[in-house]
Amino acid sequence: MDWLPGAASSYAADLDRIFYVILAITGLIFVGVQVALVYFIIKYRGRKGRQASYVEGSTKAEVIWTVIPAVIIVGIAVASQTVWSEIKDPNHFPTDALEVNVEARQFAWAFTYPGADGELGTDDDYIRYNQMHVPVNRPVVFNLTSVDVVHSFFVPAFRIKQDAVPGMNLRAWFEATEVGEYELACAELCGVAHGLMKGKIIVLSEDEFQSWAAEQS
Amino acid sequence: MATAAAAAAPLADAHHEELSFIRKYIFSTDHKIIGIQFLFASLAFLVLGGVLAILLRWQLGFPGEELPGVGTVAPKFYNSLVTMHGTFMVFFAVMPLLVGVYANYLIPLKIGAPDMAFPRLNMLSFWMFIQSGIVMTASLFVEGGAAGSGWTAYAPLSAVPQYTGASLGQQLWILSIVLFGASSLLGSVNYITTVINMRAPGMTLFRMPLSVWALFITAIIALLAIPIIAAAVIMLFFDLTLGTTFFLPADGGQPLLWQHLFWFFGHPEVYILILPAMGIISDVIANGSRKPVFGYHSMVLAIIAIAFLGWITWGHHMFQSGMNPLLGTSFMISTMAIAVPSAIKVFNWLGTMWRGNIRFHTPMLWAIGFVSLFTVGGLSGIFMASNAVDIFIHDTYFIVAHIHYVLFGGSLMAIFAAVYFWFPKMFGRMMSETWGKIHFVLTFIFYNLTFFPMHILGMAGHMRRIYDPTQYEFLQPYQPMNRFITISAILLFVVQLPFIVNFFWSLFRGKKADINPWQDNGLEWTVPSPPPHGNFAMTPTVYRGPYEFSVPGAEADYMPQSVPPSGSQ
Amino acid sequence: MNEAITLPGGVTAEPGMRIYNQKLGMWIFLASEVMFFTGLIGAYIILRFGTTAWALPGVPLEEGGTPLAINLTAFNTFMLICSSVTMVKAFAAIEHGDQKGLRRYLVATVLLGAAFVGIQVVEYIALAHEGFLPRCSEELAAVVPNCDLFGSTFYTMTGFHGTHVSIGVLCMIWVTVKAFRGKYTKENHGGVEVIGLYWHFVDLVWIMLFTIVYLI
Repeated sequence: MDWLPGAASSYAADLDRIFYVILAITGLIFVGVQVALVYFIIKYRGRKGRQASYVEGSTKAEVIWTVIPAVIIVGIAVASQTVWSEIKDPNHFPTDALEVNVEARQFAWAFTYPGADGELGTDDDYIRYNQMHVPVNRPVVFNLTSVDVVHSFFVPAFRIKQDAVPGMNLRAWFEATEVGEYELACAELCGVAHGLMKGKIIVLSEDEFQSWAAEQS
Repeated sequence: MATAAAAAAPLADAHHEELSFIRKYIFSTDHKIIGIQFLFASLAFLVLGGVLAILLRWQLGFPGEELPGVGTVAPKFYNSLVTMHGTFMVFFAVMPLLVGVYANYLIPLKIGAPDMAFPRLNMLSFWMFIQSGIVMTASLFVEGGAAGSGWTAYAPLSAVPQYTGASLGQQLWILSIVLFGASSLLGSVNYITTVINMRAPGMTLFRMPLSVWALFITAIIALLAIPIIAAAVIMLFFDLTLGTTFFLPADGGQPLLWQHLFWFFGHPEVYILILPAMGIISDVIANGSRKPVFGYHSMVLAIIAIAFLGWITWGHHMFQSGMNPLLGTSFMISTMAIAVPSAIKVFNWLGTMWRGNIRFHTPMLWAIGFVSLFTVGGLSGIFMASNAVDIFIHDTYFIVAHIHYVLFGGSLMAIFAAVYFWFPKMFGRMMSETWGKIHFVLTFIFYNLTFFPMHILGMAGHMRRIYDPTQYEFLQPYQPMNRFITISAILLFVVQLPFIVNFFWSLFRGKKADINPWQDNGLEWTVPSPPPHGNFAMTPTVYRGPYEFSVPGAEADYMPQSVPPSGSQ
Repeated sequence: MNEAITLPGGVTAEPGMRIYNQKLGMWIFLASEVMFFTGLIGAYIILRFGTTAWALPGVPLEEGGTPLAINLTAFNTFMLICSSVTMVKAFAAIEHGDQKGLRRYLVATVLLGAAFVGIQVVEYIALAHEGFLPRCSEELAAVVPNCDLFGSTFYTMTGFHGTHVSIGVLCMIWVTVKAFRGKYTKENHGGVEVIGLYWHFVDLVWIMLFTIVYLI
C-alpha cells in the first residue's frame, strides 16, 4: 500500500502508522456495514404473505454497539496523542537544531538563516526566498509567521503542516531523513495566487549544507 | 383569551375569507405553503450551487482550458467559485431544504397542530431568506467579483479588500449571512415554540416521530449558534467598512478570534445540516422496512448527545491553526466521542431493517443510499478527529471527500428521500416511481465516482482550493484522476435531469395520490393530500408512537397514531 | 393566563410548558440574544486579555487611563435600572386592572429608555470629539494603550446594546399607544408582559456591559 506520498522525515513513519491503523479499523467497519446492508436488502426484501418481526430494540445490542466503538475510539485517541505531542508539543522539540525564521506573505516564502555566528537576529543573517536549504538528519526548528493573511506551511513528504498566522510567531520542526528536493505548498486559502504559492525544500548532506551556508554569508 | 384566539386565527381565515392568489400562494402564512415556497427556492439555489461546482471542477480537471461556451476560469474567479459554491450549498440549499422545507411542512402536521405558533413570523422568515438569497446571488455580479475568501471567510483575508480583490462582494456576502441568520432565527423560535406548546392530545414527547425530534433539536442548535456567526460577521463587516480592528493583527486584533467564533458556530452548523437528515431517514426506513425503529429511545438520546457534543468540538477544525497543542488533545477527545452516538444511529438503522419486510419504494432506496454513504463520511471523520493524522490530511482533498460524503451522500440523499416521500402529501400527486429509481441509481453511481477518488487525492497530499494542481510535481501523476472526477461530476449534474423533469411533470400530470400512499402511521397521512388550510378538521388524538408497523395480531401492517385502540370504542 | 393551549374544536393539546406562545417565544428569542452578546463579550475578553495593556478606570488619561466618562454613564445606568422598575410597576398595575397606572408607568419607561439612548448619543459625540473612535486620533493613541482595539470593542458592544434599547423604545411606544386605546385588560395583557421580558433582559445586559467595559 503506497497511498501516502513517499516519506522523508523522522516522524513521517509514526504518523503513517496511525493513518494505516485507522484505515484498517474503519475499512473493516466499512465492509461490515455495507455487507450487512446488502445482506439485509436481499434477505429481508418484501414478499407477499411475509410479515416483518415486531422488534422494538434490544438493550443488549445497544450496549454492545455503544461500548465497542467507545473502546476503539479511546485506543485511536491514545495512539494519536503520542505522535501529536512528538510533532507539535514545543516541550518535545529537539534541542541542538538548526533554527530558521520562516515568513509567509502573498505569495512567497522567505527563509531567514543565522549567519556564521549561528544566531538569528544578528547582522550576518541572510534571507532566501522560496527555497529552503536544510541539512539531512539534523532537526530544523522554524519560527513561522505571516505578514498579511493566514498561510499554511505544508510539506507533504515530511508530513508537516503548520498555519502561519499574522501577528503570531509559531514554532514547528522537522528532520529530513533523505537527501533530495521536496515541494513546499501553502495549504490555507490565502488569496488569488494561493495555488501558486509553492516553494522547495532542498535537503543536502551535512557537508554540502555547510559549504552552501558558507557561500551565502 | 389571547392564546386561544391566536391559535384559532388561521382557521378562522380559512373558513371566513376567500384569499386572493397573492395572500394564498405568495404572502401566505400557511406553514405548508411556506414549506413549499422554501422547496422551490432552495432547489433553485441547489442548481446554482451545482453550476458553480461544475465550473470549478472544470478548472481542476482541465486547468486553463476553455469550457465550451463559457471560457476559461481565471484564478480570482476560481476563488469566488470555491467560496460561493460552499456558501450556496450550506446556507441556501442543504440547510433550507432540510429545515426551511421540512421543519415548516412537517412539524405542525406531524404533531397535530393547525399551523405554527407564529404564522406571520414564519412568512417573514421566508421572505428574509429570499432577500438574503438575492443579495448573495447579486454579489456574483458586482464589481470586484464575489467574495473570494472561502465559505469560512478566514480573517484577515476576508477583512482587507486588497487581499482578495473583492470588496463589495465580501460586504454583500456578510449582509446576506446576517439576513439569512435573522430568517433562521425567526424559524427556530417558531419551531421550538410549536413543538413545546402545540402538540395534539396524546402526542407526548416520546411519541414524536424522530424527524420531529431531530428538527426540534436542530432548531435549538440553530437558535444558539446563529447569533455567534451573526456577531462574528458583523465584527468582520466593521473591520471592512468602519475601520475597527477585531481581526487585524497590525492594530492589536486577532485572526484566530475569527476562527474560534466561526467554528464555534460552524461545527454546530454541521449538525444542523445532518441531524434533520438522520431524523427523516429514520422515518423512511421504518416505513420501508415495515418495522418499528430499532431502539427509538436511544435514537432520541443519540440526537441529543450529538447536539450537545457538537458544542465542544469546534477546535478540531483548528488543530494546525497555531492553537495551543494541549487544546488539540482535548478537542480530539470530544470529537472522537461523537463517533459513538453516530455509530449507534447507523447500527440502529441496520437493526431496523433486520428481519423487516422491506419495500423498495423510491424514498427507501434513497434512505438505504444514505446509510451506505453516511457510513463512509462518518468513518472518514475519524481520520480528521485524530490530531496526529490531521496534521497531514488537514486542508487536503480528504477533507473535501469527507464533507461531501456527509453533506451530499448524507444530507442530500435524505433530502431526495424526503422529496419523494412527502411529494404526494404536498401536491396531491405521486412522482413517477420508475424515474425516481433511475434517478437514484444514476446519482448513486456518479456520486461515488465523483467523490470517492477524492479520498485518494487527499492521501496523496492534494491541497484544497488550489487553482491548478498541475503546478505541483507531486500532483501531476494524479491529473488523470482529477479529470475523471470532473467528468463524473458533470455526469452527476446531468443525471439530476430526470429528477427535475419528474418533479415538474408529476406536479401537473402525476397520478393522483390518496391520503396515505405509503401506508404510514404519521398524523400527516390522516388528512387529505394536499391538506387544507388549518390541517385537521378535528384535532386528532394520539394513541401510540409513530412506528407501530407489523404489530402482531393487527390486520394491517401499519397502525396510524390517531386510530383508537380496537375495543376502546 | 398560564393555561394549556386550546386548539380549535375545544380540545386541549399536550400541556407543553404551560406558558402562552408569545411569552415562550420571547424566552426562546432571548436565549439567542444571550448567545449574540456572548459572542461580542467573548470577543472583547479574548482581545483584551490577548494584549498586554488596557486602558484602566481610576487612572489619569495621560497614564493610560480610560477616555470614558464614567460618572455620566453611571447616571445613565441608574436611569435604565429605574426604567426596569417602572416596567415592573406597569405590569403590576395592569395585573390589578389599573389602566391609569399602566399608562403612567409605560410613559415613564418610554421616557427613561429614550433618555438613556439620548445620553448615549451625547457620550458618543463627546468621545468622537476627543478623537476616541475605532481609529483613535494620534494624540489619544499615544496615551491610551491599544486605543484602536478599545474603540472597536467599545463602540460595537455599546452600540449594539443601544440599538437594542432603541428597538425596545419603539416597541414600548407601540405598547403604550395600545394601552392608551385600552387594549390591555386585567385578564389579557400578554403584550405588556412580553415587552417587559425583553426590557429587563436589555437592562441586565447593560449592567454587565457597564461593569466590564467601564468599571474593570
